[in-house]
Amino acid sequence: MFTGRAVFHCFVPPFYGRLLGRQLIEIGYYSLPVVGLTAIFTGMVLALQSYTGFARFNAEGAIASVVVLSITRELAPVLAGLMVSGRIGAAMAAEIGTMSVTEQIDALTTLSTNPFKYLVAPRLIAGVLMLPVLVLVADIIGVFGGYLVSIYKLGFNPTVYLERTWDILEPLDVISGLVKAAVFGFLISLMGCYHGYHSRGGAQGVGAATTNAVVSASVLILAFNYMITELFFAI
Amino acid sequence: MANPIPKIEISELHKGFGQKTVLDGLNLEIAEGESVVVIGGSGTGKSVLLKNILGLLTPENGSIKVDGEETVGMSWPDRETVLNKIGMLFQNAALFDSLSVWENVAFGLIEGGGMKRNEAREIAVAKLSDVGLAPDIGKLSPAELSGGMRKRVGLARAIATEPEIIFFDEPTTGLDPIMGDVINDLIVERVKQLGATALSITHDMASARKIADRIAMIYKGKIIWAGRVDEIDDSGNEFVDQFIHGRAEGPIQMDVRAG
Ligand SMILES: Nc1ncnc2c1ncn2[C@@H]1O[C@H](COP(=O)(O)OP(=O)(O)O)[C@@H](O)[C@H]1O
Ligand SMILES: [Mg+2]
Repeated sequence: MFTGRAVFHCFVPPFYGRLLGRQLIEIGYYSLPVVGLTAIFTGMVLALQSYTGFARFNAEGAIASVVVLSITRELAPVLAGLMVSGRIGAAMAAEIGTMSVTEQIDALTTLSTNPFKYLVAPRLIAGVLMLPVLVLVADIIGVFGGYLVSIYKLGFNPTVYLERTWDILEPLDVISGLVKAAVFGFLISLMGCYHGYHSRGGAQGVGAATTNAVVSASVLILAFNYMITELFFAI
Repeated sequence: MANPIPKIEISELHKGFGQKTVLDGLNLEIAEGESVVVIGGSGTGKSVLLKNILGLLTPENGSIKVDGEETVGMSWPDRETVLNKIGMLFQNAALFDSLSVWENVAFGLIEGGGMKRNEAREIAVAKLSDVGLAPDIGKLSPAELSGGMRKRVGLARAIATEPEIIFFDEPTTGLDPIMGDVINDLIVERVKQLGATALSITHDMASARKIADRIAMIYKGKIIWAGRVDEIDDSGNEFVDQFIHGRAEGPIQMDVRAG
């Protein structure tokens, strides 16, 4: 019900460009540091871990492919999704929840403004648009993290490492990651708005809404991650 | 009362939440240009009544007519036309805290009326001065205002689109008596200037006497008494007497859990 109305109002005018712009910046730009840091450390630890595993077989080149495939297919979208859900989903639920319990949403309606268009639609659109951008950035930074460890700590040849990375990478790996990201962005915004919109009973209700938004978005992200992976890579 | 069609006509309105009945066959008529105040204890469903008229809540049963037009069951484009006639001052002002004060006041003009921001800003400043606030207050954020100032901004926002009908939800609750009286004066003044129809709800008798042409008392989901403001002291209704004198003893049994 809520989802249907929310999506409907994303496509039906009037649109609120200013609000969409603000959400794009909030979700996209301000999430860059946390997503970037997550990606670089993940790429680095991947290289280190797979070296301990692969060194025995003298298959150091495989590290490049482990790093790039794990990052683009799974880790960048999932970790970015979880980090953004903690950051943005929580903030959305708290903001909309506060508006709900202080009658600001009622006030919107009485001023002839549809709260779904004014509050929910810009957040959903921004989530769907910005998560793929963040994940693309995370892909690049994550691979770079693996490269740093491989070159400076494990002493690999930079040219060979990059060649391996390019050879193994298929467009589908990146695309599946970006599709996941768009779905995760939708889920994060939807859960943030849904739990915020339905919060009741003062500050405590808003707190509960915030927790529920993050927990439900995180669980949904992991579940949808499995389903999308199966869609793309099942034989 | 020359106009035979009431501005607002509520009949047999029923609304409950789960097991609990809040409005139980409520009837109320408000004539054009009239100011009606509904009094009643807290938790008796006064706010629920306003929210039903606004369409924020949907009644289980009954009819609500605005200008003779049935509004129960109305959906968007029509609902918007009705809402455009109505301004509302919420109990705690319900100012949008992501917007500045002037953007709050201008909200209905810009988002609802499609007015240019510059033009709307000038009107917002004029409305702020109507409620006794200086233009530079407009740049502040609602979080920086005192309770009385928030109420004034809420009032300015409610009158900005010059609505035909204005609702006031507990306009003086939470204010000191002097600030309460200032708000009462502003309400009387602004409503008169707009020639608007006003429906206020309150449990503050001083405020009710000042604002009202007519007073109606809500109890157990019904209007149990209604009459001109000068009739209230000899209403002959023991519920009304108990309420206006604020006595704990009497026919009204406070359900302590209901508040
Ligand atoms: N959205 C809601 N959901 C459930 N119960 C509600 C809701 N809104 C109001 N109520 C209940 O309805 C009763 C009347 O509330 P209200 O109209 O706010 O009282 P008041 O007369 O003080 O304004 C209260 O008991 C309240 O708990
Ligand atoms: Mg109330």
